[in-house]
Amino acid sequence: MAGSFLTWEKRLEPSRVMVVIVPVLAVFMALLVGGIFLAATGFSPLKVYQDMLNGVIGSKYGLSETVVKAIPLMLTGLGVSIAFRMLLWNIGAEGQFYMGAFGASWVALTFPHLPAYIMLPAMLVAGVIMGGLWALLPALPRAKWGVNEVITTLMLNYVAILWVDYLVYGPWKDPKGFNFPLTAPFSKAATLPVIAGTRVHLGLVFALVAAILLAITLWRTRWGYEIRVSGESPRAARYAGIKIERNIILVMLLSGALAGLAGMSEVAGITHRLQHGISPGYGYTAIIIAWLAKLHPAAIILVSFFFSGLIVGGYSVQTAGVPAATVSMLQGAILFFVLGGEILTRYRLHFGRKEAK
Amino acid sequence: MENSVWIAALAAAITAGTPILYAALGEILAERAGVLNLGVEGMMLVGAVSGFMVAVRTGSPWLGFLVALLAAGFTAAIFAFLTITLRANQVVTGLALTIFGTGLSGFLGKPYVGVPLPVSFKAVAIPGLANIPFIGPVLFRHDPLVYLTYILVPCLWYYFYRTRPGLNLRAIGENPAAADALGVNVFALRYLYVIMGGMLAGAGGAFLSLAYAPSWLENMTAGRGWIAVALVIFAVWDPVKALLGSYLFGGVDALTYTLQAATKISIPSFFLKMLPYVLTLVVLIIATRQTLVKHIGAPGALSIPYDREER
Repeated sequence: MAGSFLTWEKRLEPSRVMVVIVPVLAVFMALLVGGIFLAATGFSPLKVYQDMLNGVIGSKYGLSETVVKAIPLMLTGLGVSIAFRMLLWNIGAEGQFYMGAFGASWVALTFPHLPAYIMLPAMLVAGVIMGGLWALLPALPRAKWGVNEVITTLMLNYVAILWVDYLVYGPWKDPKGFNFPLTAPFSKAATLPVIAGTRVHLGLVFALVAAILLAITLWRTRWGYEIRVSGESPRAARYAGIKIERNIILVMLLSGALAGLAGMSEVAGITHRLQHGISPGYGYTAIIIAWLAKLHPAAIILVSFFFSGLIVGGYSVQTAGVPAATVSMLQGAILFFVLGGEILTRYRLHFGRKEAK
Repeated sequence: MENSVWIAALAAAITAGTPILYAALGEILAERAGVLNLGVEGMMLVGAVSGFMVAVRTGSPWLGFLVALLAAGFTAAIFAFLTITLRANQVVTGLALTIFGTGLSGFLGKPYVGVPLPVSFKAVAIPGLANIPFIGPVLFRHDPLVYLTYILVPCLWYYFYRTRPGLNLRAIGENPAAADALGVNVFALRYLYVIMGGMLAGAGGAFLSLAYAPSWLENMTAGRGWIAVALVIFAVWDPVKALLGSYLFGGVDALTYTLQAATKISIPSFFLKMLPYVLTLVVLIIATRQTLVKHIGAPGALSIPYDREER
């Protein structure tokens, strides 16, 4: 507003310094806000944060768990990012994760005697297909009639979670499971190999390979070029003859497939069975990760470790009575501050009145 | 006999639809002003928890309701600052608000899970009206928060379509540059309506925790905020249609509870619980196709930040 106390001057190029400074500052500010809430509810913020940090880097277990929990975050984060690039707001990674886990579990439970070299690829394919199909459901009406995908993908999260709950509380429940909502354990062939002494499984390789392939697709293929143009200037894309509808469907399929792969690698790598609440909201954290990483595959891998650490640290202080919701409060606050700080990358801030033009 | 079942079902639909209605009316205000706030779910949860906390501590549900409005309005103000002043992406900021609101409400509400509410909002029969056959028991034996929406809906409709400020509201959502040129303060009004919209979402949340449940449970909105966002499209940004749509969803919501209670029906409860979400999906697809056919649609400047220098 003219004559106001704060004025913005548009930068010609986004500031490279700010791209790095803003997320770091955002994390710091979010911890500050979280600290105020912690202090207000009778906790010592410094002690809580110190304990969280200790829970992550204080032991080999904490460190390996941080890697373990980063795997689904990387895969869902990559999945979300590719859709976001086309301005497709797929916030259904959570549901696609659950459906991927369901698909993989179906293979493992239906054909328990398959050898590992058939079992694992079959589970992977089933997980990828189910995740992809679950994203296709909202993609089709979005491509055909422009039906708002934010709402449809989100609604399908609830449906997918209820579907898995139905299975693990009902027909798939392990008769020997003491009535817990989980299926019978998979056969040995249906488990992903791990690094000895940890729970870090082959899913890490899936995630890293996916990140590399995604980067190659985005910057070395025509299709990747189309995706980037469609996101950056939809009108130009249409004039250039890019088939937007087709790309919406393909990108959503890929996005869902990556989340499905995350679900598959979680059941095959960690739980070795399908169970209630298999994701503590990975699909939602993925949104924050993707945005913080500016949708860049390599950055998503790095940022995933940070958010995984936040989750692991959060678990480690729950025994001290710190609410589990602290972590999602911090995550939301980080995203707030990143969004607020983004203007600093695009604009220069001036205090005081701007000279009349 | 038949009648009493219908009365009970319709009255239950209204009660179950009211939290969605509050949230949808709030979202209509924000979207009419050109701001897409996807943080409804988060604002409802903040309203629900803050209202509950205050009502438990003071014993006054009205005071709780008031604080719910203020707390949710405050979170909406954060959203407004980020999207209107700092021009952050509205979709992602809305998601951030939902994630933050979910986390914050879970954090603050943890000591209140399972705590009984000393005094909740109770149904009050409106003298005279409540005795009208059929209509009376359906419409006029609710709690005060339901009656409030009876007043709110026609007032909003009148405001939108028959008043000067209502015209300005629609103008800043359709064509902010033109409104600005006519001397309408686009920034201030967008702030105002986003915050008011947040307060209404908070009212919807408080209705859940202070009248409908009445209790606090983490994530107790269970997607109602998102359903409200979908409903706004279904209602083509019209408060009266939002009322009808809310009661439709309320009816489905109430139906699932009734069916779950009726042991004769053997549909697993998980499928019944899917019903509102699947219905939202189907309705949204139909509504979007309708708006395509009839050429009526979202406010022209919806989700586009207004930037004076880019006029």
